[in-house]
Amino acid sequence: MDFQVVVLAGGNSKNLTPLVSKELPKPLLPVANCPVLNYVLHQLEQSNLKDLIVVVEGEDAALLVGAWISGTFIDRLHVEIAAVPEDIGTAGALRAISHHLTAKDILVVSGDLVSDVPPGALAATHRRHDAAVTTMLCSIPVSGPLESGSSGGKDKAKKLGRYNIIGLDPSKQFLLHIATEIEKDARISKRILHAVGQMEMRSDLMDAHMYAFKRSVLQEVLDIKDTFQSLKEDVLPYLVRSQLKSEALLNRTPQGEENSNEKVSSQNNQAFISRILANASTPSFHGLYSENPDGSSSTRKTHKCCVYIASSSSYCVRLNSIQAFMDINRDVTGDADHLLSPNNIIGPSPKLGTKTTVGPNCRLGEGSEMGDKCQVKRSIIGRHCRIGSHVKAVNSVVMNHVTIGDGCIIQGSVICSNVQLQERVVLKDCQVGAGFVVTAGSEYKAESLAKKEK
Amino acid sequence: MGAQKKGATARVSEDPEELARHPLQAILLADSFTTKFRPITLERPKVLLPLVNIPMINYTLAWLESAGVEEVFVFCCAHSKQVIDYLESSEWSSQPNFSVTTIESHNSISAGDALRLIYERNVIHGDFVLISGDTVSNMSLTQALQEHKDRRKKDANAIMTMVVKQSKPSPITQQSRLGTDELFMAINPVTKQLLYYEDKAEYSKGFISLDKTLIADNPSVILHNDKQDCYIDICSQQVLSLFTDNFDYQHLRRHFVKGLLVDDIMGYKIFTHEIHSSYAARIDNFRSYDTISKDIIQRWTYPFVPDVLCGSSAIKVERQGTYRASDVTLSRSAQFGSFTFIGQGTKIGTDTKISHSVIGERCTIGSNVTIEGSYIWNNVTIEDGCRLRNAIVCDGVILKSGAVLQPGVILSFKVVVGQQFVVPAYSKVSLLQQPTQQDSDEELEYADSTSGTGELRSDKLNGDIAPDLSETASELGTGGVGYIWTVFEGAYDEEWRHSVAPIPTDKLVKLMLDKDEDEELLTQDGNVISASRELKTDSDGNGSEDDDNEDSRDDYVSFEKEVEATFLRAVHENVKVDLAVLEVNALRLSYNMASVDCGGAIFYSMMKLAVESPHNSASELHRNAADIVTTWQKLLKSFLHDIDEEIEVILKFEEMCLESAKEFAALFPQILHLLYDKEILQEDAILRWADEKEGADESDKVFLKRSEKFIQWLREAEEEEDE
Repeated sequence: MDFQVVVLAGGNSKNLTPLVSKELPKPLLPVANCPVLNYVLHQLEQSNLKDLIVVVEGEDAALLVGAWISGTFIDRLHVEIAAVPEDIGTAGALRAISHHLTAKDILVVSGDLVSDVPPGALAATHRRHDAAVTTMLCSIPVSGPLESGSSGGKDKAKKLGRYNIIGLDPSKQFLLHIATEIEKDARISKRILHAVGQMEMRSDLMDAHMYAFKRSVLQEVLDIKDTFQSLKEDVLPYLVRSQLKSEALLNRTPQGEENSNEKVSSQNNQAFISRILANASTPSFHGLYSENPDGSSSTRKTHKCCVYIASSSSYCVRLNSIQAFMDINRDVTGDADHLLSPNNIIGPSPKLGTKTTVGPNCRLGEGSEMGDKCQVKRSIIGRHCRIGSHVKAVNSVVMNHVTIGDGCIIQGSVICSNVQLQERVVLKDCQVGAGFVVTAGSEYKAESLAKKEK
Repeated sequence: MGAQKKGATARVSEDPEELARHPLQAILLADSFTTKFRPITLERPKVLLPLVNIPMINYTLAWLESAGVEEVFVFCCAHSKQVIDYLESSEWSSQPNFSVTTIESHNSISAGDALRLIYERNVIHGDFVLISGDTVSNMSLTQALQEHKDRRKKDANAIMTMVVKQSKPSPITQQSRLGTDELFMAINPVTKQLLYYEDKAEYSKGFISLDKTLIADNPSVILHNDKQDCYIDICSQQVLSLFTDNFDYQHLRRHFVKGLLVDDIMGYKIFTHEIHSSYAARIDNFRSYDTISKDIIQRWTYPFVPDVLCGSSAIKVERQGTYRASDVTLSRSAQFGSFTFIGQGTKIGTDTKISHSVIGERCTIGSNVTIEGSYIWNNVTIEDGCRLRNAIVCDGVILKSGAVLQPGVILSFKVVVGQQFVVPAYSKVSLLQQPTQQDSDEELEYADSTSGTGELRSDKLNGDIAPDLSETASELGTGGVGYIWTVFEGAYDEEWRHSVAPIPTDKLVKLMLDKDEDEELLTQDGNVISASRELKTDSDGNGSEDDDNEDSRDDYVSFEKEVEATFLRAVHENVKVDLAVLEVNALRLSYNMASVDCGGAIFYSMMKLAVESPHNSASELHRNAADIVTTWQKLLKSFLHDIDEEIEVILKFEEMCLESAKEFAALFPQILHLLYDKEILQEDAILRWADEKEGADESDKVFLKRSEKFIQWLREAEEEEDE
């Protein structure tokens, strides 16, 4: 397949402090003991999309990510690592590596996507319609702890206010309108409604940050609109908005020859009129609009914006917040455990003390040791952790090389690598940054603990 | 009166179950409360106009009867006597199981008034069908009614079910095949609840605004531009009381539906029922008259077609959709095209060609006549050699030999067209004089509130028209009788849209090109607003207030653009000042701007024009400006009613000098003087501006300083006057 994949892996996400750090950039953040980037790369490999550019923010992070990829995927994927400055946005990142893009179509995927939707399906949809852009939509994930049930989750989703308003054509193939949830009313262009007749407005779909672009279109948009920062908020809405009236920049797309003569020659009017009058059964609204008053279909450009809607049973979440991190860890070990790729298999079994119980939906990394009478429920323990006796871990994530003293109780918390929890620490809904030491007997609730930056 | 007796017995039973079993009732509005069928409706109510030779109301009543309605209340207002007389003499007064009761009113001016009156009468006891007397349909009500009742059981607030039908408006004219304006609706695909309704009456922007709560509450909403409102509503009793509670509701759609959807304080809901294979359409204007007539002839409305409705053997259907009454006198050489109807007692001469037309009863048509796509009613005389295309010719009209009707002509009752006279396209001709200008001016904006009275007044007019006929007879050629109504300027554009004649191709092409330009503007606007403004608001959350400002700013910018375009057109096409004032006023209303903004925008356009006209020196520029100001001072003056507005102009001018038209900077005092001389600016305004500026920053006072001398002079002049 002539597809080039750009994985926007990100770097130091502020949303995820204190989980990420200089030593552990976001792409390498472990989800069920396996870097999050692995999930995307694995899916791409499964779809036979092997020509990759991984874009990382920051040189240092790029080195770390590069080292990991070459260690894990060597011989399996053809990966280039590109470092870009931080805070230039997704569109900026693409602009920076634009000269590396050579294939006819570009698949852009966010490196923090944990999903079982095959990227190949999106690519195929894109090709089938010869679209300028195809975007993947999925159902809004239910966030929050599992216990809260579906109704609670619905409220949360509303409160988050992050969902999009998406307009689809009746066949659910074309994207007609897109806007993220806004303060005031949604404004929908009448022009596109005229063209398509009816439009379905959905607010229960989420943009999964996986796009297929026609390279020429993408490059020209990035080129001309140099203020565009974000793919989702600038480039995509722009393409959607201008789909019935592509501007000059899209004229170079290789479909038909140019006809710069905009003037209507009156002798052609008649033919045109009969065409209008007979329009009752135009195959597609794009077709109608791409017709020209002089009967040819060249000067007026349209481009197609398509969607691929993942089935509601598929799993698709982005790791872009601590809550999402918790959710994904929970799901990957629970409902969506098929996402764990085979290379994820745990090494030699960890050593467990007597009367220690490990409940279902847990994962213990290799070389970890646990003392007596521990309880682990719905939690993930990384590699080479030392856990004392009478420790209780529920709904939590413990990364690598963590030392936990006797009698600690950890609930709904994330403990990053190299953290030391002394005896009888009680943590509830906390995040503990890498290398932090929690002193004996302290209790924290819903706090973020991290070493002070020097 | 059987109907009232039934009502009396039903009133006793209060049990809801009992009520549900009540005979199905219907309210038929025999008045459309519009003026679209003038001049014909000045003399005869719309519901009695023949539609393929049968009065419209018969189609509606026949459908109601077949759909299982047992009791119909016919509300008559304009020409109520005619309607009542007709119904009493017709077969409808004596049907078993189908009672027709008339309710007469003389002071209702809208559907809202009608429903309020009916509520007072207390005759409706359950769900009812609300329909106007100009609707043709053959749909089955059973399913829609059942859906309505089921919903009512679950949710007492589901008070109305609207019938809609697929019909995509033309991409060019944005109107449906019935000639009605495009309609935007938002419907929940699962519950079929109607969430948004916009007909072109409130059309202003290229956007539809959906309330965000609406989207939040409905995970999926379908926006429709491809549906047509059939104006058949199944309503619950509450609808009537709602009209009474909200005494300002006039129009069924514009006020009632919109009112329920927008301020849903009471939580009332409206649902839709879509029909697919059956027919339903309302005759709203001449174009729909044409379309529906053709549909009837082509039997889409079966069983409501002339041969069935008229009963037995009076009318025969022949090949190619020609209908012929039994006693038509036809010359051997007369030619019939397809889809033509010829009524009883009509005589047709030699070599006459008729196609796609309806000819009523007892007409006399001479030789060598061509009739194409026209509707000829009863007792019409068409002499030899006439040519008619896409015209409506009412009862008793006489076309003298050789007369020509161009497309879109309406000849009202008993008009006489002189020999060889050519009636120009889209003319409306009547024996009655056109109502005064002032009257029609009002109607433009409040069509639904004044029309009723208008038609009432015309009743009285009826008596005293005869005398002054002879004076103006020449309007229709030698021997002609009747007035050609002048088209009100603003409405000229609408004329061809709603005409009985098809839209001419050059109009289509023009429209197409106009639309292109519009679109360009729109896309540009979209980009100017900033590529993703609509997306960014949520990221910073607190931007909403700025956003509003920005919004009105955008509005103003596009308003200014429009005004400029209007002004330039006025200049290049030599449009009269009055007309230009009117156009700018229309723009002002549609953009919801104050007249201050108009003054500023017009002045801006004038000065811009001056700068853009070729000039080599400052003095030439000054002359340019002087010329333009002289020519158009009346236009500008009509938006400057008080001092504040004049000050606004000065401020605008200052702004221009600083930004867009720096060339004027040097001429500032001269132009100010010019405006003063032309009495566009009063000295008070200039002095007030000077006073206001006195306290401003140094940088802001550049122009004040430049015009110091002039202001000084003004002040002195004032003092002198005072002395």
